[in-house]
Amino acid sequence: MTSVVYSESEDRHATPRDYLSGGWSIRSWLLTVDHKRIAWLYAVSITGFFFFGSAAALLIRLELISPAGDLLSAESYNKLFSLHGIVMVWFFLIPSIPATLGNFLLPMMIGARDMAFPKLNLLSWYIYTLGGIFTLAAVIAGGVDTGWTFYTPYSTLFSNSAVLAAATGVFIVGFSSILTGINFIVTTHTMRAPGLSWLRLPLFVWANYATGLVMVLATPVLAITLVLIALERALGIGIFDPALGGDPLLFQHLFWFYSHPAVYIMILPAMGVVSEIIPCFSRNPIFGYMGMVLSIMAIALFGFVVWGHHMFVSGQSMYAGILFSFFSFLVAIPSAIKTLNWTATLFRGQISFSVSMIYALSFLELFTVGGLTGVFLAALALDVHLHDTYFITAHFHYIMVGGAVTGYMGGLHFWWPKLTGRMYSRPWATVAALALLIGLNLTFYPQFLLGYAGMPRRYHSYPEEFEILHVLSSLGAGVLALGYLLPLIYLSWSLRHGEKSGPNPWDATGLEWQTASPPPVHNFAETPVVTEKPYAYK
Amino acid sequence: MSEQAIEDPQVGLQLIPQQGSEYAVQVDHLYYALLGISGLLMAILAGLVVVFAARYRRTLGRGRGKLLSDRSGRRVEIGFALSLCAAFIGLFFWASQLYLKLYGEPATDIVIDVVAKQWMWKFQHPDGTREINTLHLPVGETVQLRITSQDVVHSLSFPAFRLKRDAVPGMYTTAQFTPIRTGESHLFCAEYCGTDHSRMRGKVVVMNQTDYQRWLAGQGDAPSPADAGEQLFQSYGCSGCHKPGDATLAPELAGIFGKPVPLASGETVVADEAYIRDSILQPQKQLVAGYQPIMPSYSGQISEEEILQIISYIQSLTPGDQND
Repeated sequence: MTSVVYSESEDRHATPRDYLSGGWSIRSWLLTVDHKRIAWLYAVSITGFFFFGSAAALLIRLELISPAGDLLSAESYNKLFSLHGIVMVWFFLIPSIPATLGNFLLPMMIGARDMAFPKLNLLSWYIYTLGGIFTLAAVIAGGVDTGWTFYTPYSTLFSNSAVLAAATGVFIVGFSSILTGINFIVTTHTMRAPGLSWLRLPLFVWANYATGLVMVLATPVLAITLVLIALERALGIGIFDPALGGDPLLFQHLFWFYSHPAVYIMILPAMGVVSEIIPCFSRNPIFGYMGMVLSIMAIALFGFVVWGHHMFVSGQSMYAGILFSFFSFLVAIPSAIKTLNWTATLFRGQISFSVSMIYALSFLELFTVGGLTGVFLAALALDVHLHDTYFITAHFHYIMVGGAVTGYMGGLHFWWPKLTGRMYSRPWATVAALALLIGLNLTFYPQFLLGYAGMPRRYHSYPEEFEILHVLSSLGAGVLALGYLLPLIYLSWSLRHGEKSGPNPWDATGLEWQTASPPPVHNFAETPVVTEKPYAYK
Repeated sequence: MSEQAIEDPQVGLQLIPQQGSEYAVQVDHLYYALLGISGLLMAILAGLVVVFAARYRRTLGRGRGKLLSDRSGRRVEIGFALSLCAAFIGLFFWASQLYLKLYGEPATDIVIDVVAKQWMWKFQHPDGTREINTLHLPVGETVQLRITSQDVVHSLSFPAFRLKRDAVPGMYTTAQFTPIRTGESHLFCAEYCGTDHSRMRGKVVVMNQTDYQRWLAGQGDAPSPADAGEQLFQSYGCSGCHKPGDATLAPELAGIFGKPVPLASGETVVADEAYIRDSILQPQKQLVAGYQPIMPSYSGQISEEEILQIISYIQSLTPGDQND
């Protein structure tokens, strides 16, 4: 039995205060070094960026209802999808689960009082904010129209938009990602409670640990790439410019060397969340714990050797293409094992459909569709046909929105009582979770069909025959918007009016549930001692 | 340019686009196979979730059942992983072998030069005929596309032929296909290339041989790329040094195409399109062994289309040609 021993002899005055009761002054938040408060700083900022990016997405979908492209000009449309990509990838998806739930929970889940480097943790939020300011400045300066991928030589020689400001924003935010990664790695290595061996770690901790590794190893390459873009654009150094002997494909190699692993930065934490929720609401230990751990590490590792699958049609060597195709098939296997194990965890359990369980099962469906269509794209000849079409758009939205965002929503609902000490409205939350599931499928499924039919992505106007599928997709986006707006309302409402939840409303295992909700400033009155494996559901 | 009317083919919505080539049929087979496997896996997964959710609902009030032992659990995982591996290796080989067909060594007579620029596709047929955003082709002939870009990265996409290839500035990429039926189909730019990206589209028109010949004849008499290249070769003054039969100042060009060339650096390079292009634009970069670096760069003076024509001319030279 995992046990937390509260000292019996402590008198009332020594009872630790919860982390929220330390005050609501601006100062108490902006200068805090408590990982739980920093998690909230992140949560508020990323929520802002999320709705900003979503507004861009809705405008895009609105525009695409008509084939003529008459709502927005081509320039505005291009700037909108670029902004949508930049904001969603760097200012929402990458920090989402690690910086909020990870920050809040990781120390608690390993029985620690805080992160290994609390001040670095706060610094990383400030860096994130600074990067955000630059990116918003780019928007005010007229926007950027390169797409989130900044492909050269378009971004360096041809685009007349605020490329430098946007690239600077992304460059800065990368450092926040690196610092978060370092903090996770060191915290997991050094701050585990007595008895908490590596093979007793909850999978959410494993997932965030692996994410930290990817962040630290991949992000510097992004930083280098962006510096090169800036130098090329400002000084014309010619590293990507063929007229000066540079190589445009070099940029794509560098960019995807970061940006493919970045996909795993987004999805691994969501996998971690789902691995906590499913055992809890089937009252079963996770099926194949060891397999899950190995899969997490395998995904993080193989994630580094598949970047070339973004370049099958680019003109890179055919044989390089074949090698990258092989690795891309390979990386699908650990993901498939995880899906099998989540499903198998339900076997002979006692399943209840809490809101977070609905999200977790939605994740299972959406991630599987995203993963299987990824196999289509790993298959070389099929990728040639599907590359840069709506099939790609649909595939990565199933992974990023269906996987990462749904995982985040699931985690938010699972740990909300821990974060706030309050419950939310279950009926409304159920409606929102179902709206998300239906809206997502309705938005992105038609895009697979569009893609095989040949419709290229990033088109502001398109041949008329594709209209019906675009209309369906836009309709889905409306439903999806509901699925995201509702939680904003009922979760905010619950902050003040929600029922008190008690420390462990789901009767879950895991150290974070063994302390008060909301947790005291230093998480535990006394350091817990761990004596058995995680997910000891009986 | 931006207000130029777009000529989309009238093909209607086809969830499986027209199968314009034998290759397209083969790619579709791969697609059906993957759809089948995915459908099956989805059905199993969704089926299991529904069945488990119904049977093991907590509200039924039953206790938790007996769990699989670690050993049988591991067997399930390993068995699953191995069967996936087997399926994936099969798919990998299948898809890779098709890919090699598309981008592999050409076996073709018709070479169509493609130059992309913001925001149009320029095609030149072997007889010299040029067209923009529309490509006419004869049925039954294998066509090789030789693609480059004049500015940013574009991507030539022919959904009916399941073909796509990036047009990269400073590089030549190729792809080949054989149309098997007449008719019109889409032509897109698939790589985002700036403001009018979505207007950089048009159609491929596949015609029977007689119609194609008649169409070509109706397009007026442009010199073939090789002939145009020969004229350029004179007018840019290349022929002053690259004299037939006289290799004192500059290397002999006849018969050089596709052959290895020894460089001053001691390396060897194959004189392909890319090398010839580089030699015109950056002649000092890969100097042929035994020659002085005296050739001026033509960078900024010569267009991508002209370079392609000079390449065609050099390709057309065989040793002895220049001696008469």
